[in-house]
Amino acid sequence: MSEQQDWLVSVSDSGTQVLAASGGWTLAGAGSLATILNGFRPDPQRAQKIRLDLSRLDALDTVGALLLRQFRDRMTLEGLSVLIVNVRPEHIALIDAVWRAADSEPVAPPKRRPLADAIENAGRASIKALHSSVELISYFGLVITTLARVLIHPKRLRFTALVYHMDHTGLRCLPILGLLSFLIGVVLAYQGAEQLRRLAAEIYVVNLLGLSILREIGILITAIIVAGRSGSAFTAQIGTMKVNQEIDAMRTIGLDPIEMLVVPRILALMLVMPLLTFFANMIALFGGATMSYILLDINFYQFVNQMRIPIDFWDATVALIKAPVFALVIGMVGCYEGLLVSGSAESVGLRTTKSVVESIFLVIVLNAFFSVLFQIIHI
Amino acid sequence: MTLPAADTVMRIRGLVTRFAGHLVHDGVDLDVYRGEVLGVVGASGSGKSVLLKAVVGLVEPSAGHIEVLGHDIDALSERERIALQARCGVLFQDGALFSSLTVAQNVAVPLVEHTDLPRTLIDEVVRVKIAMVGLPAEAALKYPSELSGGMRKRAGLARALALDPEILLLDEPTAGLDPIGAAAFDQLIGSLQHGLGLTVFMVTHDLDSLAAICDRIAVLNERKLLVGTLDSLQQVPNPWIRDYFGGPRGRAALGTGA
Repeated sequence: MSEQQDWLVSVSDSGTQVLAASGGWTLAGAGSLATILNGFRPDPQRAQKIRLDLSRLDALDTVGALLLRQFRDRMTLEGLSVLIVNVRPEHIALIDAVWRAADSEPVAPPKRRPLADAIENAGRASIKALHSSVELISYFGLVITTLARVLIHPKRLRFTALVYHMDHTGLRCLPILGLLSFLIGVVLAYQGAEQLRRLAAEIYVVNLLGLSILREIGILITAIIVAGRSGSAFTAQIGTMKVNQEIDAMRTIGLDPIEMLVVPRILALMLVMPLLTFFANMIALFGGATMSYILLDINFYQFVNQMRIPIDFWDATVALIKAPVFALVIGMVGCYEGLLVSGSAESVGLRTTKSVVESIFLVIVLNAFFSVLFQIIHI
Repeated sequence: MTLPAADTVMRIRGLVTRFAGHLVHDGVDLDVYRGEVLGVVGASGSGKSVLLKAVVGLVEPSAGHIEVLGHDIDALSERERIALQARCGVLFQDGALFSSLTVAQNVAVPLVEHTDLPRTLIDEVVRVKIAMVGLPAEAALKYPSELSGGMRKRAGLARALALDPEILLLDEPTAGLDPIGAAAFDQLIGSLQHGLGLTVFMVTHDLDSLAAICDRIAVLNERKLLVGTLDSLQQVPNPWIRDYFGGPRGRAALGTGA
């Protein structure tokens, strides 16, 4: 390949300025070539015209042809006429194609108006939020009526789908749920023991564990894991079907996507969630009991006996009341976000994230609401 | 470097590919010459797209050699392979544009990643490429989801051409386009091929494309490849090929009448 300086050579200076382009005007050296061309100043003495000879040009590609065009345009702007001569036959079509394309007007991206844009975005977001809450309410109604219809006519229930989703959201959730619950129990017992030991009230670790796990922590950890595991899966599954137009296909065949897809999922989750919560509670208590035995020498018999003092019937069952409600929320949000997926694969990812965040948010808010409610009705 | 007389840019010898025990290609040989438009046809599921993927290195062949621009693609280091890929532009079936980027950003990706051009020059090159594939200038700021199928293909073509490749590989470029759009796309490929001196390797179903722009045609049938011109292939006594060119659509496209 030629030296950098060889790209543009002044050949003769008689009368008009004659330049010769040589070497390879290609993408490979385009950066340096652009610098040379932009740095070129015509000879002020004699130059009214420039003849640019391309006969020694070894290689030319679209970038080279574009730079040639830019060079000519810049010279023209400076009041010089540029005559391009001796174009090699194999370059004619290329230069022609690129120059024609270069004639297109560039479009400027829309101007930014910081304040006005912010106000506009806020307005749009508010209207969108209003619309989406109306949609959410009507979706809620649709799902509830469909759910009721399926329960009245059990033949409409997709039993295979229901069992499949119970297997996936329930049975297959057990290992991870068990492990995490056990660890939570261990950590609670450990922290409680540290503090209560100072008051010589180690035995109250049992009360602490029993109440906190059975009333709040067991169900919360279950709901969070289910939201992250199954809620997201619902969104991704339904969203991918939406992208593939499977939902549209269902509608044209006369199948109701709510009945086919949403009801089995929500129902499966509602059936499975109380069982998962019970499982999580037991494992977490077992973790706490194990830690109490190791740290405080409280054996399992003492642990269970002590538990019976503070824990009444309602303490043991409130979590099981909350579980189906949380399941309904997680399932609804998961399926709803899935149905909102539009067009692209990117949208599936976006909606899945939203679904998990929204359902965990709603679960925690509802949990607080339940705490207050149970306080008021004394259970 | 001197090249042999019949300047071969791609050489496939004894290619065998296997998917989960299923034999897709069994000893495929193919030469692609510089400056030609080669159409690859075959029944659905006959492995046309797999052949294209094998050529660009997305599918590992079970046996055989593929040489692209004089390099055996199995023998290349990672760095050399990337350099070679920059010399081959690929247009996937639906454009395969990055959905989170605008059309202009999509076309700019190879330029930003593989060259050290100043940003202003990249923007100019992108504008020219977008105009060259016949997209209106406003399309540059749009996202792929806002474009029609035909425009997405054109945008994908602009991205494939971003680095001025020597070989352009197209996977069913006219599938899913209306006849007018398909004819316009054929014309576009023909004129770009002429203007940029490209070698085009085109997988297609479209008989009109074959008749309009292909110099030679490779037929993938029974896991083997048969290469010829449109005329010579019609003389081949193979039932699939006879049905393909002799069917009503084939006759209409080739203008041989009923």
